Amino acid sequence: MAFDAQAERNFKVVGTRVARPDGIDKVTGKAAYGADISAPGMLHGRILRSPHAHARIVSIDTSAAEALAGVKAVVTGADLAQPEDEGFADVAINCLARDKVLYDGHAVAAVAATSKSIAKQAIRLIKVDYAVLPHVTDVDAAMKPDAPVVQEGRALETVPAGMSQNVTTHCQFGHGDLDAGFAKADKIIERSFKTAATHQGYIEPQACMASLGSDGRGEVWCCTQGQYMVRANCAAVLGVEESQLRITSSEIGGGFGGKTSTFIEPVALALSRKAGKPVKIVMTRDEVLKATGPTISSSMDIKIGMTKDGRITAARGELRYSGGAYPNATVDMGAQAAFAAYDLEAVETVGWNAMTNRPKEIPYRAPGAPTSIYAVESVVDELCQELGLDPLDVRLLNAARKGTLSSYGPTFNDIGLVATLEAAKAHPHYTAPLGPNQGRGLSCGFWFNFGGNTCVSLNINDDGTVGVVEGNPDIGGSRASISMMAAEELGVPYDKVRTVIADTSSLGFNDITDGSRVTFAVGLATIEAARAAIKEMCRRIAKIWDIDEDAVIWEDGCAKPAGPNAGTHPPMSLAEIAAIAGNTGGPIAGHHEVNADGAGVSFGVHLCDTEVDPETGATKILRYTVFQDAGKAVHPDYVEGQMQGGAVQGIGWALNEEYIYGEDGRLQNAGFLDYRVPVASDLPDIETVILEIPNPGHPYGVRGVGETPIVPPLAAIANAVSRAAGVRMTELPMSPPRLLKAMTG
Amino acid sequence: MVRVKLWGSLRALADGEEWVEVEASNFKELLDALAEKHPGLAPQIKRGVSLALDGVIYREAWFTKIGPENEVILMPYMVGG
Amino acid sequence: MKTIPVETTINGDSTEFLCQPDESLLDVLRDRLGMTGAKEGCGTGDCGACSVMLDGRLVCACLVLGVEAQGAEVETIEGMANGEELHPLQRVFVEEAALQCGVCTPGILVAAKALLEKNPDPTDTEVRYWLAGNLCRCTGYDKIIKAVQTAAAEMRSA
Repeated sequence: MAFDAQAERNFKVVGTRVARPDGIDKVTGKAAYGADISAPGMLHGRILRSPHAHARIVSIDTSAAEALAGVKAVVTGADLAQPEDEGFADVAINCLARDKVLYDGHAVAAVAATSKSIAKQAIRLIKVDYAVLPHVTDVDAAMKPDAPVVQEGRALETVPAGMSQNVTTHCQFGHGDLDAGFAKADKIIERSFKTAATHQGYIEPQACMASLGSDGRGEVWCCTQGQYMVRANCAAVLGVEESQLRITSSEIGGGFGGKTSTFIEPVALALSRKAGKPVKIVMTRDEVLKATGPTISSSMDIKIGMTKDGRITAARGELRYSGGAYPNATVDMGAQAAFAAYDLEAVETVGWNAMTNRPKEIPYRAPGAPTSIYAVESVVDELCQELGLDPLDVRLLNAARKGTLSSYGPTFNDIGLVATLEAAKAHPHYTAPLGPNQGRGLSCGFWFNFGGNTCVSLNINDDGTVGVVEGNPDIGGSRASISMMAAEELGVPYDKVRTVIADTSSLGFNDITDGSRVTFAVGLATIEAARAAIKEMCRRIAKIWDIDEDAVIWEDGCAKPAGPNAGTHPPMSLAEIAAIAGNTGGPIAGHHEVNADGAGVSFGVHLCDTEVDPETGATKILRYTVFQDAGKAVHPDYVEGQMQGGAVQGIGWALNEEYIYGEDGRLQNAGFLDYRVPVASDLPDIETVILEIPNPGHPYGVRGVGETPIVPPLAAIANAVSRAAGVRMTELPMSPPRLLKAMTG
Repeated sequence: MVRVKLWGSLRALADGEEWVEVEASNFKELLDALAEKHPGLAPQIKRGVSLALDGVIYREAWFTKIGPENEVILMPYMVGG
Repeated sequence: MKTIPVETTINGDSTEFLCQPDESLLDVLRDRLGMTGAKEGCGTGDCGACSVMLDGRLVCACLVLGVEAQGAEVETIEGMANGEELHPLQRVFVEEAALQCGVCTPGILVAAKALLEKNPDPTDTEVRYWLAGNLCRCTGYDKIIKAVQTAAAEMRSA
């Protein structure tokens, strides 16, 4: 759907900072999240998890648990279907293992009991006989030909023969003559990097309440980024039909990509089917960290050549990602994104994914991009240092722009990178003085953004208000932005519109809330649905006025005659038209179903000042500024919120957050005390600068904004820390012990 | 005829070609023709691909029109967070 | 395990409940009393999502036993607004977009109110350190700190 020239008009609602519709419920404690509802007769479910990184399940004896008073059902992997589709099969064996456990924390059995404490007691009575297998948790180790094999036969056809069976994915992107490019360079730097897996760290653990009858009809209430995804997974894993499952998404207490998969809902349904009662499962934080989505861990080599005046002549990256115990394609995204910010004559990125005995990777904001761009931006910064060049000028000199052949294939059209870099250069932050042990870093970031499958139904109520029904859980304020776009298009005040999120039985299929797609794609469908309703209203009024349908226009929330030839009818407001809908043909509604494309890629630039403590290795973030192209910021507060939240998650990734595995392959820090996410006292204000370079693929020019902000912080901070500490840091996180070691040699 | 660019790791499955020419007027025809001409590409196409048309990325839109004047790039299927 | 009768005051209302000796105050509030405003983000006192006041002291309800509420005054997010009238902190959080997913919000509001009762005119640094025990993963804290300061200024001039 093309950018609307009309969007040049002055927006009335879009771009304002209205109060969010879910605000009052959230500040008074009334909002209902995954764990907040209960049902009569409800049982409590609990999951038994593997203590081993890798083991064959010899036998599971559930008899003692079943015999415990208050236990109403016990299930194991044998109670789930074995879907043929590989994706669903992975979900099934990840929900409850079958033959092998693949990581510390892998679910093996579950119970439902009349109380939490009985359920807890019961899982201790389940006896699992494990034959422990050798394990591997490091990506480089997993790629060695003699590494323990996590799963057999999972390599794609693109993986060359002779590699470890852990290697599942191989990809390569790029263009141009690398050798010729490197030969033209005055300086070439080649560095290797490692990054730890991190967790999305949403504050609300996964939770659900599920009920499934012997007739195959079920209901699930759960916190998820996609109720239709939950439905598909549950139907496949339980062998029931999608039409029989109604999934309702609760308020969601954070996701960041981490709630784009299914861990507990099929288990709760299986328990419920056996027990004949609703079952609630709430994960503990320990379970969340051990068994739900961390990111990939990575090992990367980057080589970049530059002339002494700062032109990049050639660039090559090799990425080795591990997405845990299952195949995944995150490295494809990382490899495509790595050099996206640059206009390069010769570039190549090669990617590999290797399985390790870690939990299944689940997307986390711009999956794959933060790590590869961290490595690339670190080397660019080091080249600038070595050649005595200004890092912003070098980015501007090499920046991708309209007409640039991107490193991942297509030629860019309208993109906002240069404007974003120029905004950073003009900002006072860039020239502010620095003190001793302080350093300034910057980095570009990039994300693709998606559209995707979307349904919206918009109803004109008889009192002249408007209801919008959409199917994407609201993770960042999207109900507000959707209501705003409906109000804008219809010409009614924002508070006349209420947007609700449908359960799976009330609206057609929607893709998950991912890829920064909701404000873009659901917004687009809402605008189309509103236009359909407007068309219908104009048609009805044309009948009343007895003129041509085309002679009625919609302006400022009213139907009006198009011009003098259409007569002198007084305008009719939406409310007036709604009030007589029954007389003019019945209820008025608009709807739109689309697989939206044209989301438009997004770039951001982050500037960061840090101070390192030479005695402790601790890093303090002194100042942080985020510059990002939002296309059109529908609700600027929540655009800023995305930019600030993403930046801080990136700060955590850069400085502290880390999955730490012991020699035994077990996760050593499965709690918020030891897996340290940034707290308020760690941080300065996060300044934001929103640029608005309209996306040609959206009527209002909207681009997704949610993911790009997590991409630049890793390198922005690494570059600032490296400059402050006088030593190039090549491993994340730059935790105090690691930095101290680097500084003291 | 439409020219479509394959990403590097697919080229080994398409006789080493970077650009493949096929007869097609939309994405569906393009993907069908690619899988027929180079059966090695069929598994990837079945798993899912994206296509960039003059710089705009499309995930699954079969009936998107394409012609010889367009830049058509095959890309892996996109996932997000 | 036998349950124990407990008499307490919650948000000014005298309340009686039965709980097991090992049951947390958080579980009592959520599971027995239907007060689900306090959230369990970790169960180990690290995230602050279950912050409540116990006899005027800010505590993590997940680290307090239900039986410890015997004879005590408990204040939760459910008691923060006066009927329809929001507490200034609650109102400003909505006005200034200091929340996104909102799951940490009840705990942060309870904690921020406790701060402003002790220190009506805190510096940004004092707010940041006071709220260091309340994790928020969505906002980057920026708008939260600013909203607390706006509410504090408003409360001082009231």
